[in-house]
Amino acid sequence: MEWLIASVIAVMTGCGVYLTLRARTFPVVLGLTMLAYAVNVFLFTMGRLQIGFPAVIDPAAAGYTDPLPQALVLTAIVIAFGMTAFLIVLALKARSELGNDHVDGLHRSDDELKATKHNSAKSDSERSTS
Amino acid sequence: MSLLSFNLPIVALLPFAAAPFAAWATRYNRLASAWVAGLTTLLTLAILFPSMQFIFAGETLIQQWSWLPSIGFNLAFRLDGLALLFALLILLIGLLIIFYARYYLSAKDSMGRFYAYMLMFMGSMLGIVLSENLLQLVVFWELTSITSFLLISYWQHRQDARQGARMALAVTGAGGLALLGGVLLLGHIVGSYQLSDVLASGELIKGHDLYLPTLVLILLGVFTKSAQFPFHFWLPHAMAAPTPVSAYLHSATMVKAGIFLLARFFPALSGTPEWMWMVGTAGMITLLLGAYVALFKHDLKGLLAYSTLSHLGLITLLFGFSSELALVAAIFHIINHATFKGSLFMVAGIIDHESGTRDMRKLNGLFKMMPHTAMLAMIAAAAMAGVPLLNGFLSKEMFFEQAISASGTTLAAWTIPVLVTLAAIFSVAYSLRFIHDVFFNGEPIDLPKTPHEPPRFMKIPVDILVVLCLLVGVAPMFLISPILTVAVASSLQTAAPEFSLAIWHGFNLPLMMSFIALVLGVAVYSMRHRLFAWHDRCLHGLEGKAVFDWVLWKIIRLSKKITDAFDQTTLQPAVTWVIGGALMLSIITFFQFNSPLLGDRVLMEADVITFLMSAVLIIASILTVMLHHKRLVSLIAIGVVGLVVALGFVKFSAPDLALTQLSVEVVTIVLLLLALFFLPQHTPQERSYIRFTRDGVISVAAAVSVFFLTMAVLSRDYSPISGFFIDNAKPGGGGTNVVNVILVDFRGFDTLGEIVVLALAGICVFAMLEGLKLAAPAKDVDGLVWSHDPHPPIMQTLTRLLFPLMLMVAVFIFLRGHNLPGGGFIAGLIASVALISQYLANGIDWTNERLRIDMHRVIWIGLLVATLTGVVSMLIGYPFLTTAFTYLTWPVVGKFEVASAIAFDLGVFLVVVGATVMILVELGKLSHASHHVKHEEVN
Repeated sequence: MEWLIASVIAVMTGCGVYLTLRARTFPVVLGLTMLAYAVNVFLFTMGRLQIGFPAVIDPAAAGYTDPLPQALVLTAIVIAFGMTAFLIVLALKARSELGNDHVDGLHRSDDELKATKHNSAKSDSERSTS
Repeated sequence: MSLLSFNLPIVALLPFAAAPFAAWATRYNRLASAWVAGLTTLLTLAILFPSMQFIFAGETLIQQWSWLPSIGFNLAFRLDGLALLFALLILLIGLLIIFYARYYLSAKDSMGRFYAYMLMFMGSMLGIVLSENLLQLVVFWELTSITSFLLISYWQHRQDARQGARMALAVTGAGGLALLGGVLLLGHIVGSYQLSDVLASGELIKGHDLYLPTLVLILLGVFTKSAQFPFHFWLPHAMAAPTPVSAYLHSATMVKAGIFLLARFFPALSGTPEWMWMVGTAGMITLLLGAYVALFKHDLKGLLAYSTLSHLGLITLLFGFSSELALVAAIFHIINHATFKGSLFMVAGIIDHESGTRDMRKLNGLFKMMPHTAMLAMIAAAAMAGVPLLNGFLSKEMFFEQAISASGTTLAAWTIPVLVTLAAIFSVAYSLRFIHDVFFNGEPIDLPKTPHEPPRFMKIPVDILVVLCLLVGVAPMFLISPILTVAVASSLQTAAPEFSLAIWHGFNLPLMMSFIALVLGVAVYSMRHRLFAWHDRCLHGLEGKAVFDWVLWKIIRLSKKITDAFDQTTLQPAVTWVIGGALMLSIITFFQFNSPLLGDRVLMEADVITFLMSAVLIIASILTVMLHHKRLVSLIAIGVVGLVVALGFVKFSAPDLALTQLSVEVVTIVLLLLALFFLPQHTPQERSYIRFTRDGVISVAAAVSVFFLTMAVLSRDYSPISGFFIDNAKPGGGGTNVVNVILVDFRGFDTLGEIVVLALAGICVFAMLEGLKLAAPAKDVDGLVWSHDPHPPIMQTLTRLLFPLMLMVAVFIFLRGHNLPGGGFIAGLIASVALISQYLANGIDWTNERLRIDMHRVIWIGLLVATLTGVVSMLIGYPFLTTAFTYLTWPVVGKFEVASAIAFDLGVFLVVVGATVMILVELGKLSHASHHVKHEEVN
């Protein structure tokens, strides 16, 4: 079971990092959201994996899981939402001020210009929406 | 508790508390802020007054409260003779300056800002002189640097003011850093930061190996603050400040802070050859340099600035002599300098105010136009020159006497008396220039204004100070002796030595030196024109500012180089640096351990369902990346990831987390959908293979490291601290849901911080979206027009029916939260979803008409409720946010628990609802507005 969970966290981290390194704001926001999932699950597993031992006091309970990581992660989930909201609105603001959604506020970065040469007609029609 | 047990912190902090009022009062009346400042100063004096009798009886008052005892940081205040003398100087001269500035500032200047800064500065100075704890002293010391920066740059539109202020801040701020180092060393040597302990261990400090570095660091602080050579150059440039500021900072306060430290640390640090050489040399050079340059300044305030340097040098030199009587002379001269220099600065301000210039080459013959001011200036300048029957004469005589007796013991016998006489000659010459050039010496040359006497009240502060100069000069024993005796005694930490303040000591060497200085001073002044020409020819442009600017420029260039090496002003490489750096650090740390990668904890068997769900999650994550060019699709994929994570929380005994994750997931996806409406629907292809490879390698490396890290942790046993929480949740927190009890009770303070962050995020989103105009795309991704029916009736009906049910679920989850999975966060999110679904289904206009709640108000009420809950438990004597609970028996419901934590949870609930709904509705309004725009365009 531990192997599975570790793989899940690893894949989410890798995907999150890759998306965070992208050049457009929306994938970056998705990437940070993904990283937030990974971090939350990672923190949660620091209390070790337990099945059927919720941290609710009950005389009949056989044992309890570690409630502290859960409490930390609970607020972390809500804060992650606040951060996502802040970032996505920042992206909107940047788009309205700069007229594009590149993370550096550029209309076209160098490598995208190369891409344009390859299939110029299609991507131009897409960008004209901005 | 009597006032006397806590009045000192009030004295230091009241001006800070009053500063916002001074700034605020100016809205209603231009002069109100002057009243606030003046009354505050009077009130502060009144609060200080009851302690004075004890000081004159020779006691030392210490009032302290333990704050961070582990690092020796206590809130500790001390009042002794020395502190009282300085506090009185700060407050009394401050009062006169406040009075004077009310007439000095013009209608264009912001009175509120001036008096607010002034009060803050006054508070910082009082904090320095009243501090018993040395770390606390350093804090106030830094505050004087900052507030003096604000005061010097008061006329922000002037470049010289900005530059002068920056230079003063850089020099005194750097000195403050050195002082902090010195104080830390001092605390290390003595083992305590309490001044009483430090003063009692003089022998220990002077014998310690670290004595020299400690002394050098503390003296760096002193010399920068008191503008001693070679750090003197900032003071003349600080003259760009309004004259009341100069009068205050450079007569009684700011520059005297360094001198104060010399007097304060006198028993702890003085008496060694190192002290004598460093303090004495700096003092002597500053004394001579200041006196010499002052004569050649054509600007009235420039002359006074350099004369201030010279007098500060004189006082420093006296401290350098290290004898008890020299200390008496030094402290006496501090008082005298404050009175005559304060009045001279104010006179300079009056002349500037009335004639429009401070250039002594234009100002001539003003005696006819302003005889009263001229008389005041003459007396004050005579005191500065050391003319008999004035206060300056007395301290100067004592200074000469000390110079003679010091010369016998330390340096070549004749150097010191000759040098100080030389300085005194120049002092007479520049004092004479101040009077003769301005008030006599022919007719004024094209002045911008025709000068006349200033308003009567503007002269009153000058009158008072000048009368003091005279009275002290004539009857020193009555006026000065008591305070001087206690100040000297507390500075020495022993009984004050016998000293005599008589005017007449007979024909002796000091009198002789005074006489020579007066005669030769007049002679130097009479040949000033030839001296000016020579000075201009040989020494023009020799200035500390040039060096300072050069050094500053070099530092800025160096830091720019370093910054440019890392920051290519694009985000992607910067993020790569951050993530790559973190990765490198963790990999290096990973390989430093010798223990095996996996521990010996027994691992769980995987079951089929978990395996399948993990596979779904992994596939969804990879799809999110693969399809990230099609934004809507990747958004759906990431939604799947979030939902599976929620299921995982269910599986692994975390029902609270599952509920939270589930509701946050809904809100997040709605949010991202709303935002995506305004962003391009596709991400353009990046074609840089180098970047693909680089990012791919980093991502895979991150994934692999996280995998091993997780495995390394999960395969080891650990001993959690959670046993405490589980044991105490019921008896201490009154709830059986331990996670919730931790949130609202054990770690309630963290939760408070977190809801503040959430509230801030909501408010920032609101602020950023205000006035934002974004054009919505006319068609969707596939080129189809949007539906004309944004609010389908079936959905409307359904959501309206469901709304009360959803709210009831929220209330239920909220109420049971303390004992069963649930609580304020989850209930808040559910209520938000309920509200948002109304907005989505029925439109913003329809919902707003029925829901007249301002979400800003919900947020702040929530924060208020949460904070007040904590404050209430403090008021009844428990730590912040301790839960109180009791059981009530309600009819029908039965026995019911009422905990104060539920109030805190209510605050959490309100903040979550307010912030979430505000964020989403503001975004929704944006699309609403853009639709309206489009419709208008169509019409």
